[in-house]
Amino acid sequence: MKPFTTLTGVAAPLPAANIDTDKIIPARFLKTIARTGLGQHLFANMRFNEDGSEKPDFVLNQPAYRNSEILIAYENFGCGSSREHAPWALLDFGIRCVIAPDFADIFHNNSFKNGILPIRLPREICEKLMDDARLGGNARLTVDLERSVVVRPNGEEIPFEIDPFRRHCLLNGLDDIGQTLQHKPAIDSFEARQRAAQPWLYA
Amino acid sequence: MSAEKPRTLFDKIWAHHVVDTLPDGTALLYIDRHLVHEVTSPQAFEGLRVAGRPVHRPDATMAVIDHNIATDETRRTGILDPESRLQVETLEHNVVEFGVPFIPLLDARQGIVHVIGPEQGLSLPGMTIVCGDSHTSTHGAMGALAFGIGTSEVEHVLATQTLLQKPAKNMRVTVDGQLPLGCTAKDIVLAIIGKIGTAGGTGHVIEFAGEAIRALDMAGRMTVCNMSIEAGARAGMVAPDQTTFDYVKGRPFAPKGEAFDRAVAWWSTLPSDPGAHFDKEVFLRAEDIVPMVTWGTSPEDVAPITASVPDPAAAVDETRRAQLQRMVEYMGLTPGQKLTDLKVDVVFIGSCTNSRIEDMRAAAAIAKGRHVAEGVRAMVVPGSGLVKLQAEQEGLDRVFLDAGFEWREAGCSMCLGMNPDKLTPGQRSASTSNRNFEGRQGPGGRTHLLSPAMAAAAALAGHLADVRDWQPVGSA
Repeated sequence: MKPFTTLTGVAAPLPAANIDTDKIIPARFLKTIARTGLGQHLFANMRFNEDGSEKPDFVLNQPAYRNSEILIAYENFGCGSSREHAPWALLDFGIRCVIAPDFADIFHNNSFKNGILPIRLPREICEKLMDDARLGGNARLTVDLERSVVVRPNGEEIPFEIDPFRRHCLLNGLDDIGQTLQHKPAIDSFEARQRAAQPWLYA
Repeated sequence: MSAEKPRTLFDKIWAHHVVDTLPDGTALLYIDRHLVHEVTSPQAFEGLRVAGRPVHRPDATMAVIDHNIATDETRRTGILDPESRLQVETLEHNVVEFGVPFIPLLDARQGIVHVIGPEQGLSLPGMTIVCGDSHTSTHGAMGALAFGIGTSEVEHVLATQTLLQKPAKNMRVTVDGQLPLGCTAKDIVLAIIGKIGTAGGTGHVIEFAGEAIRALDMAGRMTVCNMSIEAGARAGMVAPDQTTFDYVKGRPFAPKGEAFDRAVAWWSTLPSDPGAHFDKEVFLRAEDIVPMVTWGTSPEDVAPITASVPDPAAAVDETRRAQLQRMVEYMGLTPGQKLTDLKVDVVFIGSCTNSRIEDMRAAAAIAKGRHVAEGVRAMVVPGSGLVKLQAEQEGLDRVFLDAGFEWREAGCSMCLGMNPDKLTPGQRSASTSNRNFEGRQGPGGRTHLLSPAMAAAAALAGHLADVRDWQPVGSA
């Protein structure tokens, strides 16, 4: 996993609540067996017409936002399915950070596993950042995970909260499985206890 | 008297499964059962392969194919879509390479992962159950802690049989009283989502309680828990009781004989203690529930079948107004139009929400002796091969076929646009599935969610219909 430290980039405004995972990546694109290559299908139904041509009104089709690295949205971003294809598609497109008032739990979790930083900030602050994002390439945001602040184009710093363990993993690009396997003795003794108490759980 | 603090069902199952606690409070949680399907597992197995890691406990794992497959006879001659075929073949290869138990496509037990888990006794009370699928919440009906995970976590469970988790908050939704005529578990859960919204349960595990929940059979409880994810909850659960134990007894993977008695003794200790703390409580009266149907493109945009399409202009909040306007346009609706005036093109009875034998019976009772309206395509897709067999033994297939419904093979089918069963742009469906998102059943498709009985009524009427006007032929 690629570490996340500081990111300065264009933020795309997506001023809607309940942007669900079927919007982020429709189910017909889930047939891949790879993690990469999904960026071309990101927001497919909002971004493309049925004939594959671009919908010019959609934000990521506008010249200023084609290389966006940050998304600003409203409540309950990523609701719906557990598909990790949603963060994979965002990452493959080049989005490394999503800022919204809140996120659906599974999407929130999946983002961290892929080096994407989901930042929760109150609605009124998201509205300010939305205004910043509407300025396009003239107004880049900086997300500084080391200091846990978002820096607006006018220099104002907005602190955000993040779980310390997740921050540590993101900053260092750490793989969860390797860390968990350090707890192998605890897993082994748990299994020994459970096997004695509830043998029906073991074949 | 015990000095211990009263605990919820969730608290108890959680505490039973904490292997270790990290300094910041993150728990390493043990997973008893891991269900695997073809869509969210290929990248996880690939990760194990690259790192040279084995599957830690194949005996706690079960794989099945459900999302990609056709539900007609073509499933026997091979999957036509090359990408779908590759995804299915990849799972078939991975289960052999990693020694994971697997129910093959043409096995009678094959079906939707959330139908076969309980059906096979793979999902038991008190367990932690995960699957790379948000509707894993279904299995909470067993009195288990069951939740959906992403593919990185699928790999994590395959490698370690654990997950890194922060405890969820406790929420209780109590539905007291008795359901009125024509109302089912689906109407209960749609009413709940309508009340608390699609983010109403975020960060919480919901325990469904109260007389109307206790009165539900296991299939009904599964329907309710299935859609807790549509209320944003991490999981939904119902305390195990005699209904649960009777359901579990004798299932292939359930404990047998003395082990079953020991298990029941433990399972009986799991219900929430009196006075246990819930961070959030919601109350509904079953008597207030009427047959429900969604009109918009989010499950919270739901209304009684007797209602009309709302007027977006009436919304105070600007974002909400724009959202409602978009929904009305996408769904091809006119504000003020009666929901019962909406003509349907397709009726889909199936999905992990409503494809169990009880759902088949409920739909068949309405369909019996009647006929699907002209121009409507009505499909019935049982949740597993065993549900299909049982329905055929009961003659339900004849009821459906005589009434002009299609009787199909088990799979996820038209719940999501990943297999040949799809809506075409602009088609309107009455569907017993769980999501009405834009394009969920195929690009441009318009989905109305409802119960199996309501779906059957819509098929017969040719438009959304109040099932109370379509009671079984011959009944009072």
